[in-house]
Formats: sequence, C-alpha cells, structure tokens
Amino acid sequence: MLGFLQRPVVVTADINLNVVALTAVGLLSRLWQLAYPRAVVFDEVYYGQYVSFYMKRIFFLDGSGPPFGHMLLALGGYLGGFDGNFLWNRIGAEYSTNVPVWSLRLLPALAGALSVPMAYQIVWELGFSHCAAVGAALLILIENALITQSRLMLLESALIFFNLLAVLSYLKFSNSQKHGPFSPSWWFWLILTGVACSCAVGVKYMGVFTYLLVLGVAAVHAWHLIGDQTLSNVGADVLGRARLALGGRGVRVLCHLLARAVALLVIPVLVYLLFFYVHLLLLCRSGPHDQIMSSAFQASLEGGLARITQGQPLEVAYGSQVTLKNVFGQPVPCWLHSHQSTYPVIYENGRGSSHQQQVTCYPFKDVNNWWIVKDPGRHQLVVNNPPRPVRHGDIVQLVHGMTTRLLNTHDVAAPLSPHSQEVSCYIDYNVSMPAQNLWRLDIVNRESDTDVWKTILSEVRFVHVNTSAILKLSGAPLPDWGFRQLEVVGEQLSRGYHGSAVWSVEEHRYGRSQEQKERELELHSPTQTDVSRNLSFMARFSELQWRMLTVRSDDSEHKYSSTPLDWVTLDTNIAYWLHPRTSAQIHLLGNIVIWASASLATLVYALLFTWYLFRRQRRACDLPEDCWPRWVLAGALCAGGWAVNYVPFFMMEKTLFLYHYLPALTFQILLLPVVLEHVSDHLCRSQLQRSLFGALVVAWFASACHVSNTLRPLTYGDRSLSPSELKALRWKDSWDILIRK
Amino acid sequence: MLCATSRLLAARAATALPFHPRVRGRELHFPGPRCRGRELHFPGYPETPLGDLLAGRLARPSVLAGRRAILRRGRMPPAVGGGLAGSELRPRRGRCGSQAARAVGPAVATEATARSPKRPAPSSRRFEAPGRWALLALVTLMSFATRFHRLDQPPHICWDETHFGKMGSYYINRTFFFDVHPPLGKMLIGLAGYLSGYDGTFLFQKPGDKYEHHSYLGMRGFCAFLGALLIPFAYLTVLELSQSLPAALLTAALLTFDTGCLTLSQYILLDPILMFFIMAAMLSMVKYNSCANRPFSAPWWLWLSLTGVNLAGALGVKFVGLFIILQVGWNTLSDLWHLFGDLSLSMVTVGKHLAARVLCLIVLPLALYTATYAVHFMVLNKSGPGDGFFSSAFQARLSGNNLHNASIPEHLAYGSVITVKSARMAVGYLHSHGHLYPEGIGARQQQVTTYLHKDYNNLWIIKKHNTNSDPLDPSLPVEFVRHGDVIRLEHKETSRNLHSHYHEAPLTRKHYQVTGYGINGTGDSNDFWRIEVVNRKFGNRIKVLRSRIRLIHLVTGCVLGSSGKVLPKWGWEQLEVTCTPYLKETLNSIWNVEDHINPKLPNISLDVLQPSFPEIMLEAHMVMIRGNNGLKPKDNEFTSKPWHWPINYQGLRFSGINDTDFRVYLLGNPVVWWLNLLSIALYLLSGSIFAVAVQRGACLPAEVEGLSQVLLQGGGQLLLGWMVHYFPFFLMGRILYFHHYFPAVLFSSMLTGLLWDTLLRLCAWSLASFPLAGHVHTLGILSLLLGIAYSFYLFHPLAYGMVGPLAQDPRSPMAGLRWLESWDF
Repeated sequence: MLGFLQRPVVVTADINLNVVALTAVGLLSRLWQLAYPRAVVFDEVYYGQYVSFYMKRIFFLDGSGPPFGHMLLALGGYLGGFDGNFLWNRIGAEYSTNVPVWSLRLLPALAGALSVPMAYQIVWELGFSHCAAVGAALLILIENALITQSRLMLLESALIFFNLLAVLSYLKFSNSQKHGPFSPSWWFWLILTGVACSCAVGVKYMGVFTYLLVLGVAAVHAWHLIGDQTLSNVGADVLGRARLALGGRGVRVLCHLLARAVALLVIPVLVYLLFFYVHLLLLCRSGPHDQIMSSAFQASLEGGLARITQGQPLEVAYGSQVTLKNVFGQPVPCWLHSHQSTYPVIYENGRGSSHQQQVTCYPFKDVNNWWIVKDPGRHQLVVNNPPRPVRHGDIVQLVHGMTTRLLNTHDVAAPLSPHSQEVSCYIDYNVSMPAQNLWRLDIVNRESDTDVWKTILSEVRFVHVNTSAILKLSGAPLPDWGFRQLEVVGEQLSRGYHGSAVWSVEEHRYGRSQEQKERELELHSPTQTDVSRNLSFMARFSELQWRMLTVRSDDSEHKYSSTPLDWVTLDTNIAYWLHPRTSAQIHLLGNIVIWASASLATLVYALLFTWYLFRRQRRACDLPEDCWPRWVLAGALCAGGWAVNYVPFFMMEKTLFLYHYLPALTFQILLLPVVLEHVSDHLCRSQLQRSLFGALVVAWFASACHVSNTLRPLTYGDRSLSPSELKALRWKDSWDILIRK
Repeated sequence: MLCATSRLLAARAATALPFHPRVRGRELHFPGPRCRGRELHFPGYPETPLGDLLAGRLARPSVLAGRRAILRRGRMPPAVGGGLAGSELRPRRGRCGSQAARAVGPAVATEATARSPKRPAPSSRRFEAPGRWALLALVTLMSFATRFHRLDQPPHICWDETHFGKMGSYYINRTFFFDVHPPLGKMLIGLAGYLSGYDGTFLFQKPGDKYEHHSYLGMRGFCAFLGALLIPFAYLTVLELSQSLPAALLTAALLTFDTGCLTLSQYILLDPILMFFIMAAMLSMVKYNSCANRPFSAPWWLWLSLTGVNLAGALGVKFVGLFIILQVGWNTLSDLWHLFGDLSLSMVTVGKHLAARVLCLIVLPLALYTATYAVHFMVLNKSGPGDGFFSSAFQARLSGNNLHNASIPEHLAYGSVITVKSARMAVGYLHSHGHLYPEGIGARQQQVTTYLHKDYNNLWIIKKHNTNSDPLDPSLPVEFVRHGDVIRLEHKETSRNLHSHYHEAPLTRKHYQVTGYGINGTGDSNDFWRIEVVNRKFGNRIKVLRSRIRLIHLVTGCVLGSSGKVLPKWGWEQLEVTCTPYLKETLNSIWNVEDHINPKLPNISLDVLQPSFPEIMLEAHMVMIRGNNGLKPKDNEFTSKPWHWPINYQGLRFSGINDTDFRVYLLGNPVVWWLNLLSIALYLLSGSIFAVAVQRGACLPAEVEGLSQVLLQGGGQLLLGWMVHYFPFFLMGRILYFHHYFPAVLFSSMLTGLLWDTLLRLCAWSLASFPLAGHVHTLGILSLLLGIAYSFYLFHPLAYGMVGPLAQDPRSPMAGLRWLESWDF
C-alpha cells in the first residue's frame, strides 16, 4: 500500500524541437492571412456548394469523390457557424459576412501545415539522418504549389496529409515490429495506418493508389514474415511454448497475418462505410439531385417523394407555391418548367416564334419547376391568413417562381408541333402581342362543382381563357436551344381525357416571402421536415456509391486543363483568382527548382537502384548490408508513391489539372533529400568531395528558397504586381499569368 | 527426424555457398520448368499398354529432386522413384546459383529415397514413344475432324466474314482499304482465297448473303486448319509444362469440345489466325525454355527464333498480339535475370545470351512485322475505299487517286487556289457555301464547315491581308507565303473571307464562330489570320501536303479548328468549324494544303513528295490506333463487358435469328467454361497453399514437392497467360466483344488440364494407404473427359448450326439447355 509514494513521480518528456519548430513554421506559412482573399477562389465554388448542402442538410450527389473530404470542409463550416446561405455561383464572387472564410479554410490549411513535420518524421523513420529529414520538411514548407493548394477550401492538402499519415504510421509500425510486436504502440500505428488509408480514399478516390502501395509494401513484409522461421524466438509467447515448435511458429505467424489483415483490409472498409453512414445521417433532406436516385432512396429523404403528402398543406390556395407534374409522364415523368432562355426567333425549318421565355417539361427536380398560383385580381404572391383555396372553375394566373413571369399561350405555332399553340412565359416586347395569361382551372376528378384544388389528389387541366386551348405535354424533346427538355404546347381540341393534358400538384407550400430575393431562397429550400427511413444503410450505401461512380459529368474542355506530361516539367499553371481591381492574383504554380530537382532525384534514384540491383545480382555489394533494405524501402515508398500517384493519370479520360499532380509531387520531394544523403554518404569518396557536395546542396537550397520567395506574390495573392513585374515572372511561355491592360 | 536432416544439410549447403544461403523469394519467380525435353524418353523400361497411360507420370519430380541432390552432395542418389537410369542425368549448366541454394532439395531427396522401397513409385507405369505419338495423332485427328465437320455450312456470310472476307478480296483485287487491325491476318486470308481459286469478285456486302458459285471454302478451310492446330499445340505445351499425359489429354479435350473455339475456328475471321500465332508462340517459348540446359544448340536456336516469328505473326494479325509479347517478354527477362545472377557464367556468355534474345525476340519479329507492311503496301496499289482515312501525301501513292501522278506547285504563294484539309482523320476539307447561319446561332453570316468530299466549294484563294490587288497579275513577281505571315483566305466561289469573331460557335459553345464575311474580298480586320507551320522556324516557305499548318486569328488569338461535330440540317450535316481560344496543339487545329493551283509557279511531280516507307508505317499505325480509339460504344447501347466473358454470360449471334434460319451462336461450352472458372479459383487456392508452405520451409515429400513445382511454375505461366490476355480489356475504352476472350480461354483451359491432373495425383498420393487409391486419378480424369465429351454432344448444335424452333420451344433440340436467361439461341 502506498508504495507508489516512496518513489517520486517522474515525467520524462522527449520533445524533438525540430518537430516543434517545423510545425510552427508550417502553421505560419499556411495560416498567415488565411481569410484573404474574401472571395470565391477557383474550385471553392464547387466545394462551397457542398458545404452549403451539408449545412442545410440537403441531399446531393457528387461523382467526383467520396464524402469524407466534403465532410471535412463542412466541419470547418460547422465550427465557424456557417448557415449555408451563400450562392456559390461564380469564381471571384465576394463572400458575404455570414461566411466564415477563415474556418472554412482552416482544416485544409492545418492538413497542409502538418504535412511539414510529417515529412520530417517519414524521412527519419526511413532511417535517414535528421539533416535529410529537416531538408525534406523544409522543401515541403517552401513548395509554392502546396502552399496555395492548402490555403484554400480544396481537398488536395487533406489527401496529401492522409497519404503521408498512412505512410508514416506504416513506417512506425514496421519499425516497432522488430522490438515490440503486439505492443500497444504497435497496434496503434497498425490501426492508424488502416484508418489513414481509408481517410485518404475517403477524401478522393485517388487515395486508393497510396492505399494499394501501402498494402503492397505490407504484403511483401508479411511474405518475409512467413519465411522468417526464427520468428518464435522473439519473445516466446504462451502459445509458442505450449505447442510444438513448428505449430507454435505457425500460430505466431498467423496472428501477425491476421492482425495485418484486420487492420489493413477490414478496418479501412469499415471506416469507409462509416463515412457514408455519417454522410447519409447528415444529409437527410431531399434536394436537387434526388431525381437521380431510386424512388425508395428518395423516400428515405425528408421531403422525398413518398413523403410528399405529409406535412404539406392539402388545399392549394392563392399564393401557393406548387410544382406541377404531368400525369401521363411519357416519355419520362416531368414537371412544368420554365427558365430564362427564350424561344429562338427563327426555328430551323424557317418558322418564326414569339421569342418569349421557354416553357418546357423537365424531368428533374429543379428550382425552376416552382409556380405560384396567383389571383388575377390581386398583386400579392403570398398566402393570406386564412388561406383562400382555389376551386374548380376559378380563373388563375401561374407565375414562374424564379423569373416571376406569367404562363401564357397565344396563336403562334409551337416549335415542334405546328398544329398546336406555343406556350411561353410572357415577355412584353411592345410588339402588339398582348399578354394572354388567364387560365381556367378544370379539376378532372372532382366530385362537385365547388371542389377545392388538392395537392397530389387533384388532377387538373388548365384551359386557356382567350383561346380555350389546353396546356399539354407533347413529349417531343426540344433541340439544343431548349436543352433537350420536352415540349409543352397549348392544344385547341380537347378530345376527352388524356393524361398528357392533365397535371397534378406534387410539391406544395404556402408562400410567405414578399420579396423576390427571399422567395428565391425559399424556393431553394426543401419543402418540409419529416424523418422517416425505411431503407437499410447498406442498400442506401450501395446505391449511392454506385451512382457516384457512374454519374457522368460532361467532360468539357477547360482553359486550364493540362496533360500529365505537362506536370513533371511544370509547363502549366492554373490562375485561381484575380483581384477585382488590382492585379493581385493567386496561381497554382510550383517552385520550379524543387519540381525539376525532384524529378531529377527520381531519375537518379532509378538509375542508381538499377545499377545496384545489377551489381548485387552479380554478388557485388556496393552498399553495406544494412543500408540496402533502407535504400529499397525509401525508394518503394517515395519513388513508388510518386509513380502510383502519377502514372494512372495517363490512362484517365477525364479533364485533368495540375493539382492532380500534387500528391505525387509530395512523395517525389520526400525522395529528394534521401537521394542527396545517399550521394553524399556513399558516392562521395573523400571528405573534400563531401564538403563540396554539401556546399552545392546549400547553394541549391538557397536558390529554391529564392524562387519560392519570388513567386510568393502569386502564391498568397497579397501584393499587386505591376505588369512588368508580372511579365518578369512569366518564366515559361506556357504559364498563363494574367496581366491587366 | 527428416526435418532435422534437412537442417543439417541446409547448414552444409550454406557453408558451401557463401552468397545468400537462402534466397527464397527469388525461387518463386523461377520462370517455369526447364530441361525436360530429354526426360520424355526413358529407355529400358517395361512397355505398358496404352490404356495405362492415364496413370502414367513421367517421373519428372523425382528427377528434379534427384538432380538437386546431386548438385548438393556431389554424388548420385540411390535409385530414385523406382530406379532411374543415372546416365539420363547430365549436370545442369546455367542457373545453378539459386537452385543450389535451395534448402529443401536434400530433404526431399532423402525422403524420396526413404520412401521408394515401401511404395511403388508412379513412374513405374509408363508407356513408350510410339504410344505418345499415336496419342498426339489421335488428338490432332479429333481436332481436325471437329473443325472440318460441316465446314461449308452455312453457305452464306456469317457475322464478321463480311469484313474479313471483303478485305481478303481487296488483296486479291489490290484495292487500298483501311482497317483497324494490322494486315497479316487479312493478307493470309486473301492468299488462301487466291490459292483456292477465289477470284475476289464476291462483294461480301452483309451477313446472310449467299456465296452461290463463289469459292469460299478455301478461306474457311485455311482458318479451320489453323484453328485445328491449336489443340495439338495446347496438348504439347501442357505436356511440356507438366510432363503428364493425362493433363495434356484433358487440355486437348477441353479445347476440342469447346463449342466456342470450334465456332470461332470455322469461319473467315482473324481470331483463328491470331490464336494460332499466340499458341504457337507459347509452345515454342516453352520448348525453348526446356532447352535451356543446352544453350546455343540447334534446337535452342530453332525454338527461340520460332518464338520470335510467332510473336511477329500474333502482332501482325491484331494488336492484342501484344499480350503474348508481354508474356514472352516477362519470361525472357526473368530468364536473363537468372542467367545474369549465375556467377558460373562469364559476362561474355551472359552478353551472348542477351544478344541472342535481342536478335530473335526483338529484331527478327520487328523485321517480319515490317515486312508484312511492305507487302501490304506493295500489293495494295490501287485507290479504294480506304483513301480518305489517310493524309494527302499518302494518297498520292495510289493509282486511281486524283493525287496520283499529279503535279502541282510545291510552295504556297499569294494568289494560289488551294484546298485545306484537316489533319484529323475523317474530318475533310475546309468548306463554305452560299448559306447563312440561321437566326439565333451566332452572327447571320455565311456558314463555314468541313466537308469530306471533293467539291468546288472547298477552294480558297490565299491573299495578302492588306491589299486586294490580284496577285496573279503577271506583272507582279511571285511572292511566297511564309511561316508567320498574316493572310486572308478568300472563298473562291462566293468571294467571302474566312472570318471569326466573339460569337459562340453553333455547337461547341466555348469556341468562337467561324463564318464567311465581306463582299468581293473586302471585309474587316476579323478576316486576318496568321499562318504558322508546326515545328518550323519563322520565315520558311510553306509546302503543299507536307507542312502542317495552323491558322491563328489575329484579333481574338484563337486557332481555326474542326470540332468533328455534325451540324444539324441547316448546316447540311457537314461538320462544325470553330475557332478555339485554347491554344492546345491538337490535331483538330492542324491543317494541310492539299490541292494547289498557281499558274505562275512551276509544277513538280508529287512523286517527289511521296513519303518514305518509315513515314508510311508510322502514319498507318497512327491511323489504326486512332481508328481503334474511335470505336467507342454509343450511349444506351448494350455492349459486352469483360466480366461477362469468363462466366459465359452472353454469346454472339453468328448467323440467323428466326426459327427458319440456319442459326449459329458463338457460345463457349458452359461445362468447359465453368470448369475453367472453378479451376482458376482452385488454382489460386492450392497455389497459395503450396507457396506459403515453401516459404515456411515445410518439408514436403518428394512426390508432393514435384507436384507443387509443376503447379507453381507450369501453372504459374499459364495463369500469367490467362491474366495478360484478359485483364487489359478492363482498361480498354474501345468497344469490346465476346470473342476477345478466346485467347484467354486457351490459357485457362490449359491451366484446368494441368490443375486437375495435379490435384488428382495429390489425392491419389494422400490416399495411398487405401486399396484402389491408384485408380482415383484414372477415374477422375476419365470422368472429366467423358463429362466434357457429353456436354459437347449436348451443345454441338450451337456450333454446327441448328434449324427449327428456338430454345424456348420444348420441341427444339436445345430445349432445356438454355441455362442462362441471357443466352439467346
């Protein structure tokens, strides 16, 4: 009892000041003026949308990557108290005050900053000197492209962080394999490897390459382990003693293999599933991408298809916001739709049109599907208290929610069905074409003449007051000018009941916004809040994952797209942002000295490795026995990391950008000090040569720092440069630096 | 006890060999068994009847173990495996380094020695050489019989015969054509047709056309002949790899009775030719591996050069021949690597080995491959349907083409009337006509398009940008257009200038619209274009046909390009021309001048411009590769996916749809294919068990050790073959068909044969204590053979054709055999 009091309490702290210092400068370089520029920079315009969706908990589908990366960015928004109310519509738009720019960019910046000490740790764990390790970290620190990419709300820095973390923890794990297998730290690093791998995959599919690399290295190590017949001699365990020598060894090996399999195969899968679980837990409301998913999936979302009748008002009143779904639904189910574009003045066949706003039927949920039922006699677009229901036979106007134009038809031939009337949203061109926008409501399935227009239940026809034409879906897809949406016409003859002329209200709410701006926001938000799930997680996961992999983004040419061959030599750059007034600008532009020397180092490594390999095959060992495995492992992880993150892009058909190269570049940079140290230790024969080489390295590093500093204005975008300065920075003709005239 | 011995011996071995006493991992990559050719023949053994052969194993494992023991101990082992003639064993030259390091060998030998008195070794039952020859003859006969049976049915064009038959005819008619595959296969078809009296007059228009009096059997017979040879080749390959007749026989049966291979061999297609070369390359590679102990001997050279010849053949038929090159390359590299690591060989010897392989496996195939192209271009010297795919300079070679023997001025000058052709395939000439862009699509100015056919509206006049004087005025000196000049292109028929401006192009919205603008050549500054030659210096003249030029719009800085998209009706379904602001160097924006009229300049014969042979080769390859990449599946079109293939998910209809038609359906024999699939899984399982056992240093009995060697090395090669012929298809973007899987089927069938024989032997060995255990193997093989034959009896109408009700109908002969919903026969 109380024996512990007899000894002093000793805490031995082992603090590597290198790591501390590197972390500090890393943080400084990445966090400095993080909230600048207060404008949407490049791909923030995409990721921002998703963050907004997370904040509003609206379901979305993004085929570009798994949800973990988006969730990380959203976490930043959550920490900063972002409400999601920002229209991410163009690059360069100023952020409004409700957007916590700093915290949105914080997590990528932290990931970028922590990559610096991790580079140090990796090179150290690979068995190279502190000097080389510090070199690697400093190179990562001053690499302009990495700084740019991590200071913005983008995903690459998180991907790089997890890639490095996976490699680092695997190295820690395999280094502790020798002295303490199955110790807590052994387990910790092993499991962390698996978790980091799945995080990398979860940020971007690209992370799978690093995962495969780590798996490959682990498999080779495990194979050696199987062949290691002395294994049981290390720390004889209970099992080993209890059994026959061979059996014990076998069990011991089996434990090792099982532990690896669980940590590197099972845990990553579970963690990956966890991302989706959280993703689906967070995104519980229906949104603009619902239509891509199956009905069952939609029904599992709040406000999704099957829940439409719940929680929304039953009776349509004046001022109601509704979406009108065609009952016939052929060739595809669609909603009455309008948008800013107008009918072309002259069609391909030479006929003319009214040139008014197009009205179509659109097979996807869209904010442009919302219409407001308006009383022709009054101006207001909100529902009175109490609501005034619309009844059979009433005359109504239908106002398009986003453009506030009125549904109209007139004696002009429809674009594809010349025998029918064109339906448009009326624009007054002052060309003696009056508005004819009154419609009589005809409830087809009414029970009495005083029936009220009901959501979902009522099937209605809209009879045009002036021409007695009926609003009808012709089903013909419009040409490109109509975005291949389906044609809607007014048909004079009403040959009895046909589904294509009948519409029903699907989504419905009482409009409350007086102002158009407010109303647009209101239209963007989901209809109601209602929780219900009747689809299992795995079913939802597999459907979502499948759709994400198969959803097609239109591969359009982009001004800054590039090919993998341009990357190695840094023949391309991306202009991320330009100050609206001055010529301060942010570019994704690498430190050309580092890029060139990293590529050179890879080449040198490959040549040296081949040379050593051939020599060894002839039993001529140039390297000491303990040095060779270290050299191979460094190459496998760094050069291998570069190769697996780079080569696959040659086989990809999507639009590629310079930033796709950054994960590969990081690994390449790690290789650089490794090769330098190797040259200095093993190839420089004399002390003189070594000193000379050291001096060269210092000079080279100084030039890299100089270049980094020169390019700093384009990295941080903090200083407006004069046109001549900008021209001076255009070192390569292929660099696209923006010069204001 | 045995293990202890092995330890001791291993320790001794380690002292004897200072370098790397245990290089385990390396052994596993050992590239396949060698030194077997000689072992087939064992004199001095009692003859056994042919019926016993199913149990016969040629005692190879014991031999290997024995030889290892010799190397280790330096003395002859006692009679291993029932008393082998020691004189059969020659010390092995080459690659001894890693083998000698093997620690398992002695243990195995010891154990084998210990066991041999107790149990009759399997090698005691053996049969003699004539029996083996008879068996080979039988296999060959069966194969020819199945392939040539009802070869003339159906007497109409089936499936792709319409292409390859037609191309054969083109060779006979010497008409130039274009195809995405290299020429050898079609040349051989043409040759077969020519020799068998086909005159090339049949049109091969569409599947289902009757051949009538045209002689088509020669071409079909040629393909069937090559297809029939596959089976003896597979038989010999497996025999070489496993040294086991039952395994070889099983393989032969699998392939003979596979309806898919049968169907594919019976028609005028490239596949039997391709598979013949693949299989022949594999066989000669295996043969030359087994000669590795006698390098530079005559058979060694023979098999090595035959490998090279067959590689050239495979690549010359289809580009997927590249896969067998990969396999042979891998095998050669690892072979060289081991030779390199063998310290008993001097560097000079290693250099000789390397040179021999470079000569036979690189130089020789390349030369042959090039030769096929030389023949191809020599034979096809008449203009034909393939002209348009090739560049202007290329067309000048072909008689009948209007560029042939034409003479035009060589350098472009102001005032020249020219046609401008896009460098991109099948885009055509820069074109304009007296129609305007419709309202709402850019500016309402004259359309500019590209047009594939020759037409007066393709003619343009080069003018100086700043004067409108007629440069053809004889008083003015000739002024050449030079790289970097600013010019104006005036459309000859309508006198409007090529023009571009900041309006979006009709289809590619991000590009600018290109129009014809101005009246009688007077326009505005938007008509000025800078003409640049790709990869040339400023100030150089511009050559007709040869120079690849770009036209850069002076005001907007965009580049004239063709998007390749088809305009709607208003544009007469010609192709869109745009001005792209993205200055990427793509073929879309590169043009060349084709026709050139300028009376002031001397004409030169175009023959001078004729491309050299390497240029033609390169161009033909570029065009073929682009053609292959262009074969993209359309949206919403059902296409065959690689994962469908091994499970035999869906076949290909060769002929006939309705119940009155003669129907042939390309579908693998499901029994064979599913057995193959199962075997791959079983192989992976058993192979990894053995690999782990070896890696753990487990002491395997001699018999098992030998079997595991066969499984890991022989089977490994076959598995590799299957993988390289299958997995790359997952990466291909082009449209894929079921028949692409058949080369992989060859390998997986061979693997099946080898695997089941080995597994049954293992079974028999582990049951050795029971009576009748020896028959497990015999019975297993026999039942497999019979099962396969019976399944062929069931499914043979697929290949030989069937008439009558469809399979859904219970009256059909195929009723009840539609095991998968997706089979539509």
